[in-house]
Amino acid sequence: MAESKKIATRESFGMALCELAKEHDDILVLDADLAAATKTEIFKKAYPDRFFDCGIAEGNMIGVAAGLAAAGKVPFAASFAMFATGRAYEQVRNSVGYPHLNVKIAGSHAGISVGEDGATHQCCEDLALMRTIPGMVVLNPADHYEMMAATKAAYEYQGPVYIRLGRLAIESFNDPDNYTFEIGKGITLEEGSDVTVIATGLVVYEALKAVRALKEKGINARLINMHTIKPIDKDIIIKAANETGRIITVEEHNIIGGLGEAVAAVTAENCPVPVNRIGVEDIFGHSGPAVGLLSEFGLDAEGIEKKITEIMSK
Amino acid sequence: MDKSELLELKKTACKVRSWTVEGVFNAKSGHPGGSLSAADIITYLYFREMKVDPKDPKNPDRDRFVLSKGHCCPALYAALALKGFFSTDEIKVLRHIGAMLQGHPDMKNTPGVDMSSGSLGQGISAACGMALAGKLSSKDYRVFAMLGDGECEEGQVWEAAMFASHYKLDNLTVFVDYNGLQIDGTVEDVAGLSAIDEKFSSFGFEVITIDGHDFDQIEAAVNKAKQTKDKPTVIIAKTVKGKGVSFMENKVGWHGKAPNADEYKIAMDELSAQLKALEA
Repeated sequence: MAESKKIATRESFGMALCELAKEHDDILVLDADLAAATKTEIFKKAYPDRFFDCGIAEGNMIGVAAGLAAAGKVPFAASFAMFATGRAYEQVRNSVGYPHLNVKIAGSHAGISVGEDGATHQCCEDLALMRTIPGMVVLNPADHYEMMAATKAAYEYQGPVYIRLGRLAIESFNDPDNYTFEIGKGITLEEGSDVTVIATGLVVYEALKAVRALKEKGINARLINMHTIKPIDKDIIIKAANETGRIITVEEHNIIGGLGEAVAAVTAENCPVPVNRIGVEDIFGHSGPAVGLLSEFGLDAEGIEKKITEIMSK
Repeated sequence: MDKSELLELKKTACKVRSWTVEGVFNAKSGHPGGSLSAADIITYLYFREMKVDPKDPKNPDRDRFVLSKGHCCPALYAALALKGFFSTDEIKVLRHIGAMLQGHPDMKNTPGVDMSSGSLGQGISAACGMALAGKLSSKDYRVFAMLGDGECEEGQVWEAAMFASHYKLDNLTVFVDYNGLQIDGTVEDVAGLSAIDEKFSSFGFEVITIDGHDFDQIEAAVNKAKQTKDKPTVIIAKTVKGKGVSFMENKVGWHGKAPNADEYKIAMDELSAQLKALEA
């Protein structure tokens, strides 16, 4: 593991945009009065002529992005996940998804780790909303290096992409010298044969710590980082189901409609094995410090370890 | 324009109306009223104004048209077919299973359609994006969009209006097909959209009000829009819903209903009589 540094994936996203913009003139960035929070302000400072604030009008922002893409540009439109995928869902579906336009949508402050702002801003439905749109690629990078690579891959992919960004600074656990990102290809972080844990996004590192702790306690769990929710990596899921016989998913998202159900659909149709979903259990969040909320919702390493132990003892 | 050019436009508009009725009749569904009210403006744009090439429909330098009131696509399809983007045969299977021409515009599969639209309020935002892209790329193409008057009840229209004005999109010209009727009744009764000119003016638009069936007025307004710098233009076009088919004119019931066989015959007879009169 590389020497870790804590950085929020929203910050990595802003840095990645700047890197890409150096080489690609067609990249434009739109925001809806949240540049300081989504970190597109990093891009805004570097490329003020290619940054367009749309004001607090997310529906229009997505439509403008569609028009820019229809005219050959590659717009990245950023807002909080709540507004980019919730408020503007229908614009994303009809103005971007239906015509399959080359728009990249970034939803920051996803999940309960938004923290103090509370339930109105804690979007635990974005992955579900975006993955129901035909042709939409849905990415949920787990750390700095993955976000840098995912943003580049999103640019290179021709078509609509949703990328989930986190607010909370997290460990950069991937090894930048030994890391490759490919849309739709999960990454095995730990080998194991008793059970497979499939995690996504901000909680991958927490799951990694949990899986390592469990190994010392005799549970030999495999861990897969599923950075792409759609298209889901069927092969890695089927292989894991066949080889370990049970799958546990971990996501900072409603257990309805997210990673867990995407994985369960693959197993149900191909290789039925028990699938248990760890996540936000169909409830709204509430205010509090992000780390405290992750603990309360059982989505820190300790909580994940406890839940896996419970599931395995049944 | 001279008299012969005006006459040609009138004849073309008549054909656009006939193919509009043909399409809606064959589909047994669709939106004739607003298509007929928009027919003259759409005819003007495609046959007098816009730089478009049916042989090169994706040319990056072309002018663009976004039918934000996408349900009125029968008139757009008629204009595109008559312009040569595709065969008029396509209109006979409008809305059928497997047909190219969808109930609302589909840019992916229909040559000449610049934006998929139909969910009201969204097209004008895309038009803003196209206009902004043109400015950023130093292209001199122009973007035209058409809103319905009822559509202006959508909040997104005003988000887009703010954006267009803020970014000084003077290459954007927006028509409002102001026929005064929407599904539930008159626009004034349903949601009270009074003083739409003042609304757009206060959002920073150049506002021009015209008779949307008078080609000279349409031309004068479009030319004024082209000369207007640093702000977008809206052309409030006063129109008659169902224009050209006597029993459909100003009748709210013809918003979204296809004519039956008898009504179809009457409508087509009226339109062909109008064409004959123009040709005489």
